[in-house]
Amino acid sequence: MTDASVPQNVAPPPAEVADVELYHAHSWITKYVFSQDAKVIAIQYAGTAITVGILALVLSWVIRLQLAFPGAIPFIDANVYYQSVTMHGMIMVVYMLTAIFLGGFGNYLIPLMVGARDMVFPYVNMLSYWVYLIATLVLVSSYFFPGGPTGAGWTLYPPQSILTGTPGHEYGIILMLVSLILFIVGFTMGGLNYVVTVLQARTRGMTLMRMPLTVWGIFAAAVMALLAFPGLFVACVMLLLDRTLGTSFFMPSLVELGERKDYVGGSPILFQHLFWFFGHPEVYIVALPAFGVVSDLISVHARKNIFGYKMMVWAIIAIGVLSMVVWGHHMYISGMDPWFGFFFAVTTLAIAVPTALKVYNWVLTLWHADIHFTTPMLFALGFLVTFVNGGITGLYLGNVIVDVPLSATLFVVAHFHMVMGIAPVLVIFGAIYHWYPKITGRMMDERLGKIHFWITFLGAYAIFFPMHYLGVLGMPRRFYEMGETAFVPASAATLNIVITVIALAVGFAQSIFFYNLFKSLKYGAPAGGNPWRAASLEWQTPETPPGHGNWGEQLPVVYRWPYAYSVPGAPEDYLPQNAPPMRGEHSP
Amino acid sequence: MSIAIAMVLVVVGSILFHVLSPWRATPIASNWGFIDDTMGLTFLVTGAGFVAVILFMAYCLYRFRHVPGRRAAYEPENQKLEAWLGIVTTIAVIILLAPGLLVWGQFITVPKDAMVIEAVGVQWSWSFRLPGADNQLGSSDVRYIDTTNSMGLSPADPKGQDDLLIASSELHLPIGKPVKVLLRSIDVLHDFYVPEIRAKMDLVPGVVTYFWFTPTKIGEYEILCAAYCGTGHPQMRGKMVIESEADFETWRVAQQTFEQSRKSDASRDKRASAQ
Repeated sequence: MTDASVPQNVAPPPAEVADVELYHAHSWITKYVFSQDAKVIAIQYAGTAITVGILALVLSWVIRLQLAFPGAIPFIDANVYYQSVTMHGMIMVVYMLTAIFLGGFGNYLIPLMVGARDMVFPYVNMLSYWVYLIATLVLVSSYFFPGGPTGAGWTLYPPQSILTGTPGHEYGIILMLVSLILFIVGFTMGGLNYVVTVLQARTRGMTLMRMPLTVWGIFAAAVMALLAFPGLFVACVMLLLDRTLGTSFFMPSLVELGERKDYVGGSPILFQHLFWFFGHPEVYIVALPAFGVVSDLISVHARKNIFGYKMMVWAIIAIGVLSMVVWGHHMYISGMDPWFGFFFAVTTLAIAVPTALKVYNWVLTLWHADIHFTTPMLFALGFLVTFVNGGITGLYLGNVIVDVPLSATLFVVAHFHMVMGIAPVLVIFGAIYHWYPKITGRMMDERLGKIHFWITFLGAYAIFFPMHYLGVLGMPRRFYEMGETAFVPASAATLNIVITVIALAVGFAQSIFFYNLFKSLKYGAPAGGNPWRAASLEWQTPETPPGHGNWGEQLPVVYRWPYAYSVPGAPEDYLPQNAPPMRGEHSP
Repeated sequence: MSIAIAMVLVVVGSILFHVLSPWRATPIASNWGFIDDTMGLTFLVTGAGFVAVILFMAYCLYRFRHVPGRRAAYEPENQKLEAWLGIVTTIAVIILLAPGLLVWGQFITVPKDAMVIEAVGVQWSWSFRLPGADNQLGSSDVRYIDTTNSMGLSPADPKGQDDLLIASSELHLPIGKPVKVLLRSIDVLHDFYVPEIRAKMDLVPGVVTYFWFTPTKIGEYEILCAAYCGTGHPQMRGKMVIESEADFETWRVAQQTFEQSRKSDASRDKRASAQ
C-alpha cells in the first residue's frame, strides 16, 4: 500500500486502434429500419426471434395436445403433428435461441461491454439481420405452399426427409434447406463481427481477462458457430442437390413405396455426421452465452465478485474446444462403426468436468454474498436448478451403453428441453429483466416479473422432470400416437395429460411477460443510468439508453475487472470498471 | 427467501417422484442386466450430485440473503478449493464412464456361437429372414426387389435358396441362445426397438448394421421402430416371440424358404394369367 504503486495503475494504456468514424443516420428509415447501429440491430434480431419463437411455442401446444388427447382434436393429423414437431424444433434451436443470444444480446452487449462505439463492420452487421429475416420468412412461407412445411423431424435425416411418406416433401423440405442456407450466410456476417469486435475494438484497459463473462460466452459461441455452421451448410447444399437434381450424396440405392429410385451409392450416415458436427456445438452455441450472462446476473445481484473468474474463462474455452469432438454421441445407435462409441463417450463425459466447475463457481459466488432476490436473480437461480438437472441427465446419454436403451425415447426429449430449452430461456428472461433499464431507460415491473418467474420455473420443471421417467419406461419419441402397447400402462397417458395441461398454462403465462415488457416501456419507473449499481462498462454510458456511438466524445478507459463488488475499503459495494483506481489498489 | 424453500421442495419432490413413480423400466428380458446396473449407478451418482449442489445453494440463499448492513466477502478465487472440486468431479465421471465402456465392449463383441438372423425394415412394416439348412444367409441387393422378391435376395446365390422368409412381422426366437441380428432397410432409416431387451440399433439403407442379445424370458414382446420413418412411423409394429427351443423348432420348420416362395409365387402368377 505505497503511493508508488498508484501512478502505474492510473496511467491508462495507450490506444491501439484509432477511434472510428461512424455512419450517422439521416432519416428515420436509416436510423430504425436499415440501421447500422448495433443496438437497433440487436432489437430487430431479438424482436424477430421472439416473434418466430411464439409461433414455435404455439406449435408445441399442437404437439402436446395430440400426445395428451390422441385423435381428439380434429385439425391435428399425422402430417400436422410431424410438421409441428419439425418446425418447433428447428425454430427454437436455430431461429430463436441462436438468433436471440448472438444476434440480440451479442449485438447489444458486446460493443457496450468492451467499450466500443459499434460493431467493427456496421454495414455487414445490418446485412446479417436482413438476411436472417429473409431466412425466417422463407421458412414460415412453407406453410403457404402445397404440402406445407417439412415434417422430416428437426434433424432432417435423409433418405426419409426427401422421399414421399414424409409431409412437405414437395416444397417444405426445399424451403427449409434454402432457409437454413440463408440463415448461415446471415449468421456468418454477424459472427465475424462479434469475433472481430471483441478482438479488435476493445477500449483502452479492457484486456481479454477483464472482459465480462457475458462477452466471453458470446465470443466463444461465435467462434464455435463459425466453425460448426459450415458443416450444416454443406449438408444442406448437398441434400438440396439430392432433392432437386437427383445427385446421391446421402442416397443409397433404395425402393420408395415399392418403386426403385435412381439414387445409388450415397451414405445417409454421412449426413448425420455433418448435421451433428454442427448440431452438437450448437448446444453450446446456445449454452455458452447463457453461461456468461448468468455469471454476470449472479455476481451483480449477489453483490459479490464472480468466484474463480479465470477458471470460468478457461472452462468456457475448454467446453468450446471439447464440444467440437463429441458429435458422435448423437449417433451411438446410428450404425456407424461401434468403436467410435469409446471415443465419443470419453470426450462427452470429459465436458462434464469444466461444466461442473462452472456450476460450482456460480454456487460458490453465493457463499458469503449479499443476495438480492430481484427478478433477474430469480431467473438466474432457476437456470441453475434446471441446468444442473438437465446437465446430469446428459451423463446418461453421453455414456454410450446407458444411451442405448434411452436413445429415441422421451428421456432424450426431457433432457434436452431441460438443459437447452428451459435453462437458456430462463436466462433470456433474466437478461431481459436485467438489461431492459439500459435499453429503455425504464424498469420492468418487479411484481409481475416474479409472478412470471414462479409460473415459468416451477411449471417448466413439472413438465420435463416427469417426462424422463416415461423415457425410462421406454416410451419412444416421435410417435404421433402410442396406440395399444402392452408395456405402456394407462397411468402414462394420464401423466401425458397432466404435462399437457401444465404446458398450456406455462405457455399462456408468458403473456404476463409481454404485458410487462410493453407496459413498462411507457409506465415503468425511470431507471437512471445504473439501477442495479453494476460494475461492468455498459452501465457507465453517459446517456441511457446509450446514443449512437455509445460513449459520447471520449471512449471510456478501463482500470479493473467487471466484478469489483464489495471490495474492502471501497466507499460503495461496487467499483465501476472505468472508475480510476483507489489508492494502492491492485485489481485483476 | 421463498426461492430457497422452493429449491428444497424441488429436491425433495424430485427424490419422492423417483421413488414413488410407477413409471420404471420394463422388466428386462435379455442378458443386458449390466445396462440396467450402469443406469442404476448413474442414478445414484448424479442424484447425489444434484441433491448436494441444489441444497448447498438453497442454504447459501437462506444464509446470505440481503439484510440491511450486509456486505459480501471479497474472494476472487481459491485455487485449492477449485482443484479439489475438479478432482472429485473427475473421479465421479470416471466411476460412471469406466463400467459403461466395459459393458459397451461386451455390447459390440458378438459371441461366436450366436445365431444369425436378419430383420428388414420397409415403410411401415417388419419382415425377417432366418438361415436355412446351410446355416448361412444368402446375399441381397435392392436391385433384386420385385413383386415376388420383396426382400431383394439374390436369385443366383445358392446360399439364399433355403433361407426362411418371414413376412408376417412376427419373429420367433429360442430362449437362452445369443442372437446376432443383422439389420437392413430398403427405403429409409428405421430402428429395431424392443424395450424389454434394452438393445437397439438403426437400420440404414445401403449398409447392413447389427447388434446382439440373448433372450432370457419366455413371452411376447412388441417390436417398435425407434427411428422416425415418415407418417406411418408409429404403426410400424412387429412381434417378438421368445419360446422354448422345441416350440421354436416347430415354428421354424413351418416357414417357407426363398425357393418355395418363388415357386408358389410363379405358379400363382401362371394361374392368374391362365384365367
